Amino acid sequence: MAESHGGAKGPAAGAHTEADGGHHGGGFPPFESSSFASQLVSLAIFFVLLYVIVSKLALPRIGGAIEARQNKIEGDLAEAQKLKDQSDAALKAYESELAAARTRAQAIGNESRDKANAQADAERKALEEQLAAKLAGAEKTIASTRAAAMSNVRGIAADAAGQIVQQLTGVVPDAASVNAAVDASLKG
Amino acid sequence: MKIDPIHQFNIEPLFTLGHIGNHTIAFTNSSLYMLVAVAIISLLMLASGTQLVPGRLQSVAEISYEFVASTIRSTAGAEGMKFFPLIFSLFMFICVSNLVGIIPYTFTVSSHLIVTAALALLVFFTVLIYGLYKNGLKFFKIFVPHGVPIYILPLVMFIEILSFFLRPVSHSVRLFANMLAGHIALKVFAGFVAMLGFSLGAIGWIGGVLPLALTVALTSLEILVAFLQAYVFAILTCIYLNDAIHPGH
Repeated sequence: MAESHGGAKGPAAGAHTEADGGHHGGGFPPFESSSFASQLVSLAIFFVLLYVIVSKLALPRIGGAIEARQNKIEGDLAEAQKLKDQSDAALKAYESELAAARTRAQAIGNESRDKANAQADAERKALEEQLAAKLAGAEKTIASTRAAAMSNVRGIAADAAGQIVQQLTGVVPDAASVNAAVDASLKG
Repeated sequence: MKIDPIHQFNIEPLFTLGHIGNHTIAFTNSSLYMLVAVAIISLLMLASGTQLVPGRLQSVAEISYEFVASTIRSTAGAEGMKFFPLIFSLFMFICVSNLVGIIPYTFTVSSHLIVTAALALLVFFTVLIYGLYKNGLKFFKIFVPHGVPIYILPLVMFIEILSFFLRPVSHSVRLFANMLAGHIALKVFAGFVAMLGFSLGAIGWIGGVLPLALTVALTSLEILVAFLQAYVFAILTCIYLNDAIHPGH
C-alpha cells in the first residue's frame, strides 16, 4: 500500500509541473489540465445516466428474472415434494390395506377350518353312535337267532335219533326214551 | 517510422457543448467512449431477454448481476446491497470501457487520471458521508483498531488516518496506471513490428514475428487486466463501504 502511495505521488506531482509549464499538445495527455473540465462534465453526465439506467431499469429487470426463476424452481420443487408425499401416503395406505386384508383372510381361513373341523367331528360322532346302535341291534339279533337255533337243535336231534334207530332196528322207538337219550347226550 | 505510444491518449474535442467560467466544455473522444460504454451496458442489461431459461445475452447479464451481487455480499454483507446499483455501475462502466479500449484505434476512458480520480473520490465521499450519517461519531472507530497497546495507539491511529485519506489516491492510480502502462506496452511492441519491417525489409518482417507474438500475448494479458482492474476497483469499493457500514472492525 505504502509503495503504491509513494508511486502515485510521483507522477501526479510531475504532472502538475508539466501542466503548469504549458506544454499543450506535445505534453502527456492524461496530465493536460485543459481537458479536465470536459472529461469531468461528460463523466458526470454519462455516469449519472448509467446509474439511473442501472438502478431504475437494468437491475430490477435482471433481478426480477433471476427471482422469477428462483421462485419457479422452488415452486416446482415444492410441487414435486407434495406429489412425492402423496405417493408415499398412497403406498403406505396400500400396504396397511394389504396387511389388513391378509389378517382378515387368515381369520376367515381359521374360522372356516375350525367350523369344518367341528362339523366333521359332530358328523363322525353321530355316525359312530349310529354304528354302535346298529352293532348292538345286530348282536341282539344274533343272540336271539342263536337261542332259537339252539332250541331247535334238540328237536332235530331227537327226530334224527328216532329215524336212525328205526333204520337200524326197524322198530319205532318210544318218543320218551329217545328224548331222554338226546337230553343225556346233549348234557354229556 | 516513429512510434508515438502517447498519441492514443490524446483528448480530441469533437464539438463544443458550452463554457463554464473560462473552461470550454467539449464533447470529446473520451465522452464518445463513455457514451459507447453506457450504450453497451444498457444494451446488455435491457435488450437481453428475461426468459426462464436464459439465452446467451441474458446469461451474460445475469452472470454480471450475480457476480457483483455475490462480491458485495461476501465483502460488505447483506447491508452492502444498498450500494448494489453504485457498485454495479462502477464495475460495468470500468470493465466495458477497458475492454472497448483494447480494440485498436479506440480510446480508453480509464487511462486518464482525472476520470479514475473522479470515480475514486465518488467512492471516498460516499463512504465518508454514509459512514457519518449511519454511525455518527462511532464512524471514527475505524481509525482505532482493537487490541493495540495504548503506547503505540497514536502511531497506529496516525497510520490509519493517513491510509484512509490516501485511499482515493491508490484507488484511482491503480486503475489509471494499469491501463496506461498496458496500452503503452501494447503500442510499443506493435510499433516494433512495423518499424522492423519498414527499416530492414524482408529480414525485418521476419524478425517482426517475435514482437507480433508478444503483442498477441500482451493483448490477451490486457483483456485479463481490463477485467481484473474493474473487479479490483469494485471490490475495494465494497471493502471501503464495509468500513462505513460496520465501523467496529
